[in-house]
Amino acid sequence: MTSALAAESLGRRYRRDVWGLRECTIQVPAGRVVALVGPNGSGKTTLLNMAAGLLAPSTGTVQVVGASPQKRLDRIGYVAQDAPLWPRLRVEDVIEIGRCLNPLFDARMALDRIRQLGIPTRARVNSISGGQRAQVALTLVLAKHPDLMLLDEPMANLDPLARREFLTSMFASCMDTGTAVLFSSHVVAELERICDYLIVLRRGRVSLAGDVDELRRTHRVVTGPIGWRSSDSRRVINEWSGGGRTNALVRSGSSPSTGPGLEEAAPTFDELVLGYLEEDEPARQEALT
Amino acid sequence: MFRIDTGSGVPVYRQLIQQVRRDVMLGRVHPGDQLPSLKEVVEALAINPNTVVKAYGELEHEGLVVRRQGVGTFISPTVPALPLASPPGLLNSLLRWIRRAEAAGMSTEQIRALVDVALDEDFEDESPLTHDGGVA
Repeated sequence: MTSALAAESLGRRYRRDVWGLRECTIQVPAGRVVALVGPNGSGKTTLLNMAAGLLAPSTGTVQVVGASPQKRLDRIGYVAQDAPLWPRLRVEDVIEIGRCLNPLFDARMALDRIRQLGIPTRARVNSISGGQRAQVALTLVLAKHPDLMLLDEPMANLDPLARREFLTSMFASCMDTGTAVLFSSHVVAELERICDYLIVLRRGRVSLAGDVDELRRTHRVVTGPIGWRSSDSRRVINEWSGGGRTNALVRSGSSPSTGPGLEEAAPTFDELVLGYLEEDEPARQEALT
Repeated sequence: MFRIDTGSGVPVYRQLIQQVRRDVMLGRVHPGDQLPSLKEVVEALAINPNTVVKAYGELEHEGLVVRRQGVGTFISPTVPALPLASPPGLLNSLLRWIRRAEAAGMSTEQIRALVDVALDEDFEDESPLTHDGGVA
């Protein structure tokens, strides 16, 4: 099956020697919900902008459902950070613009949805709440019935109730249309229930990408006495201390790491994500090799 | 309906599977009972639909539920009425195992911890069919 999104050695250079993203090779299967995680400046927005066709790659290629993003604009729904909409326009006018600009736009569905959410269609965009604004932006995207939704921190600034409404709307579209979603987020704690595929970016490079359950199967957290160091050949991703023990996130291999006082368990979702977010910190790298 | 505990270390789809299994074992649901629909679960818990599909798919693979196209997902009519007692050797082998653990000087707490460790290990196991026989 054609990937919803496929990047091959994708890179973007902003100035000489300043790369927003480099050597990014990923495949997002159709219908998956993908979390894009990384610190500020790690390349999340750069990747999303290139996938949306808003930014030209410096190296490599990116494809959406087997063609360049420019050829798939009507199949892509993109909500940029803070859901930017023309503030002085009325909600119904925003929907009308969506209808005029997109041949496949489902204006009836969009208006029904807005009414269902209790958002006044005559209100101006700058007079509704942040949560409602995010919902209007999401509605514009959902009404395209896109193959790929790109959401840049869609739930920042939303209260828990609005987040929940946002998520259930997003998931409904996944179920109805088979839309794949790529969304960036800083809030690791809530990702576990949202995503089934994970991409971790660090300093403009992909440090982890894959199916979440598969990643949890192929990693282990080994716990040992304070100061314990892994000596086996399996690669240690990260280590940390807590509760009088030293823990290490490792890639699992053929040989189990048994030893006096060592315990092994599957990583929790947070251990996996945080482990890769902290990978290759210079101070730690020395201690681990 | 299901309850989800994120951060527990148990993947969400596993939690769904465990809860259906537990409900069947404890007689809270019966053969023929309908499971909540995909839409209902997603709406109630705000979780990824793929997770629910995966859980229901695995339950179907195990023979615990059956899917009827366009109707819904039901507890399988062939599900043993009281699986707690059903594989007769299972409880006995568990009792033997517990006696061995006690003879080795383990406390109830330690035995429970060991069972937890074994279950944590087990959820990694890709083959769901080995799940029920794990104790023997």
